[in-house]
Amino acid sequence: MKTIKYLFPILCLVLSLTSCSTDDDDNNIEINPVADLMMVKSITANNHTIEIYGTDNQFNLGYNEFSIRIKNNATDTYFENPTISWVPVMHMTSMSHSCPRSALTISEFSTVANGFIIFQMPGNDTEYWELTITYEIDGTSYEAMEKISVVAPADSMKRVNSFMGADDSRYVLAMVKPENPDVMVNDFTAALYKMENMMTFTPVADYMVGVDPRMPGMGNHSSPNNEDLTYNSDSQMYDGKLSLTMTGYWKVNLILYNADGDVLKGEEVTETNMESSLYFDFEF
Amino acid sequence: MKYLKDIGGLLYLNFGHSNNLKLLSIAVAFLISTAGYSQEETSKECTDTCSEQCSGVCTDSLKIHQLNEVLIISPKKKLAYQRESKPLSSVDEYLEKSQQVTMIKRGAYAWEPTINNMASERLSVTIDGMRIFAACTDKMDPVTSYVDVSNLSKVTVASGQKGSEHGACIGGAIDLKLDKTGFREDYLKVSIEDGFESNNQQMIIGADVNFSEEKFFIDADVIYRKAENYTAGGGEEVLYSQFEKYNLSFNGGLLLDEERKLTTTFIFDEARDVGYPSLPMDVSLARAFIYSVGYEQLHLGAFTNWESKLYGNSITHIMDDSQRPDVPIRMDMPGWSDTYGIYSQARLKQEKHNLLFKVDGFYNRSLAEMTMYPNDSNQSAMFMLTWPDVRTLNTGVYVEDNIAFEKAELKLATRITYQNNLVADEFGLNSLKIFYPDMDAAQNRFLSSVSAQYSKKVNAFDMSIGISYASRAPSVSEGFGFYLFNSSDNHDYIGNPELKNEQAIEFNGAVTFKNEKLKIGLSGNVFRMPNYIIGEVETGLSTMTIGADGVKIYKNLDNATITNVMFNSEYKLTKELKVTSGVSYHRGVDSDARNLPFISPIAYGSTLAYQKNSFYGAVEMQGASKQINFNPTFGENQSKAYTIFSLSLGKTFYISKNQLYTKAGVQNIFDKYYSTYADWNNIPRMGRNFHITLSYKIG
Repeated sequence: MKTIKYLFPILCLVLSLTSCSTDDDDNNIEINPVADLMMVKSITANNHTIEIYGTDNQFNLGYNEFSIRIKNNATDTYFENPTISWVPVMHMTSMSHSCPRSALTISEFSTVANGFIIFQMPGNDTEYWELTITYEIDGTSYEAMEKISVVAPADSMKRVNSFMGADDSRYVLAMVKPENPDVMVNDFTAALYKMENMMTFTPVADYMVGVDPRMPGMGNHSSPNNEDLTYNSDSQMYDGKLSLTMTGYWKVNLILYNADGDVLKGEEVTETNMESSLYFDFEF
Repeated sequence: MKYLKDIGGLLYLNFGHSNNLKLLSIAVAFLISTAGYSQEETSKECTDTCSEQCSGVCTDSLKIHQLNEVLIISPKKKLAYQRESKPLSSVDEYLEKSQQVTMIKRGAYAWEPTINNMASERLSVTIDGMRIFAACTDKMDPVTSYVDVSNLSKVTVASGQKGSEHGACIGGAIDLKLDKTGFREDYLKVSIEDGFESNNQQMIIGADVNFSEEKFFIDADVIYRKAENYTAGGGEEVLYSQFEKYNLSFNGGLLLDEERKLTTTFIFDEARDVGYPSLPMDVSLARAFIYSVGYEQLHLGAFTNWESKLYGNSITHIMDDSQRPDVPIRMDMPGWSDTYGIYSQARLKQEKHNLLFKVDGFYNRSLAEMTMYPNDSNQSAMFMLTWPDVRTLNTGVYVEDNIAFEKAELKLATRITYQNNLVADEFGLNSLKIFYPDMDAAQNRFLSSVSAQYSKKVNAFDMSIGISYASRAPSVSEGFGFYLFNSSDNHDYIGNPELKNEQAIEFNGAVTFKNEKLKIGLSGNVFRMPNYIIGEVETGLSTMTIGADGVKIYKNLDNATITNVMFNSEYKLTKELKVTSGVSYHRGVDSDARNLPFISPIAYGSTLAYQKNSFYGAVEMQGASKQINFNPTFGENQSKAYTIFSLSLGKTFYISKNQLYTKAGVQNIFDKYYSTYADWNNIPRMGRNFHITLSYKIG
């Protein structure tokens, strides 16, 4: 009996250890790198399929994050570590231009490259966006091009501004976060790009964006403890805080200052001036 | 439900031999009361010792150590409440007769009681010892609005720490005692009451059935009131002052044996379409379920009068503005408050000592929402939590010792309370974190109080002095409220979870001279309150409410001081004719010598009453001086002096064994237009009002 008394805990220990190692084995199951994303576009070219994924199933006006992978249709496998670049171009009736975008970098999954594009205008019947994807696999360059449809939000809320600053430069300011605003102090992030020419947009450093959220439906009241957007050199974006005290329609009035503190765009909200010409708005 | 089962078991054990009908009726009474514990009122001190002078306010002069005012409403035996000038007046009107109580009025219904010029958050207001918390963020539903005179036998008003028996408080306590027949042989009484008031066409209908046997009793009563808008003196109609309410209540008791009894209570109260003329919103529904089950045992070892009670109550309060034609924005503001509690107490008598031990606890859940509908119907509704589902767990121990000396008495009392607050709703917690980023969801507080009261009889004089210390936790609004609009000072209020406990050090004293014809009393108290909690303007914050002047955040002041002095007298001119008078002075200032809000100016009143056989008549005068110490920072302006007069006459007719009681009177005889310091936004009080009450008692 005494032996059993000692043996029993040892047996338990051995059993539990064994079960632990079994668990570890289970983790080796392959994870789908785009499991949480939706297919936005699939382009077939060069006997490859270029799959573009996003959090939505379409190209939206404003800031969009995308994940791209390229399938070899012959083997039905995805290329590892491809070098991919992209150029979106808006074909307007009188001219063409591009928009702010990041480079595409390989994510934690070797088959998937991530990046973002900020569409500053939607397409329409006569004007359209075209996306050119250039990629290199095993030293060979390929190119694919296809028209895409960029859609303005159904609620016509403004999450991107394209404007001429007081310094006669053209800027694009897009809201990155919060994606789903809530009643709380939200982390607030925006991307600011300067239009160097029709095809080149560069991130702007060391400017500042004043933040003043208001509820026009309720006396245009504001909220406390907001933080202005300041430059974050790591992300090359602007971070701040956005306090939302209740649900409903919010207009986030903005003022863009350059590094010298000069106002480039936007106005203070006062008793007589209900809104700034530079703003984001949303409803939740 | 477990308790119900237990009771069911007890019923069968003890009354297995009783007839089925009896059993059935008891079972029904218990079923109605769902699951709670209640207690039978054992104290009859007021009815016994001073029923003769119970014409409203009765101060028990034989027991001066108590110094608690007891307002008699309806003791079953004596019918004394019918000596009231207006027997079917609201609980609020009864309370207002106490010299220590003033009522803050936001309309014709649900006035908020204050004691020593301190309101709800500084008082403990209980119904038969049960803690109840209002569900309205704007104080439109004080606890006293969820009972009616038909339920009550008396109201105990205790000043300062004399009220700490039922819970931690600073300013005092109000305990509303339910009316219970008790155990009597073959007792059946039915009474029907009917009242009418001319000014607001208020109709009051009530019925009361009391049935008692040697071993059990059941009391049931119902009262219904409906009133239209009232008119102020001079004939101006006060819009949105209507109300409608009904109240049902059941009390039951079961005598298990000579030693033990079970009691139960159930109250249902519902008010609809209640107007609040001084506020921007009205109330479409205010509803309370209040229930309890109690157990009492005469002896427990060396202890006596062991009482325990398990109780619960659930309040729903719906504010709405659908009746108002002009509002900047439409909104709904529902609120809920649920409380569950338990207490157990016993006495221990040893020579000169008479000790009371009590342990109690409650758990409250307070939740309130606000939804605003933008005038632009394309925009979605705006929603916020104004009370973020605050859970309060409060447990305490109370010990009191009454030490009797020859012609003197010393009462020592102490209470220790532990309170935990938890903001249970994440949405609400995130809302508050906008103001307090480091705030935790939960916080703990320890509250304590100690008091000593010494009283002595010297010839015809009764003297009493007392000293006490107490602390209180912030209320739900003070600690966790989110953009609560105060229409008196026109500011939005934000709660402050970082508030310290408010403290009070109180000194009080009283002298009463009494002989056969004359009684004169002078009493006073001073409250020195470190960390006094009040809303202070926070500049730079944007107001949420359209048209508000600013935002206030609850803060602890260094301290504040409130002083009250009261004088009263009673003189018997003849055996039938008696004149009573009272004058009171009040003052409240903070550490910066600013006047505190809602502090009464000098108030006075006098009554000349005549009583002979079954006839009763009285002329009353009541007034206040011009308010000198007021504070515009807190939304106050100067209230004017006023004096009003009232008259009432009553007579009882005996029809065989039954009684018909009639009473008629007129209030504000000269139709004076007036408004007092306690009238929210200066709404005028009622003008001339004729009232009549008929009460018919069978058995």
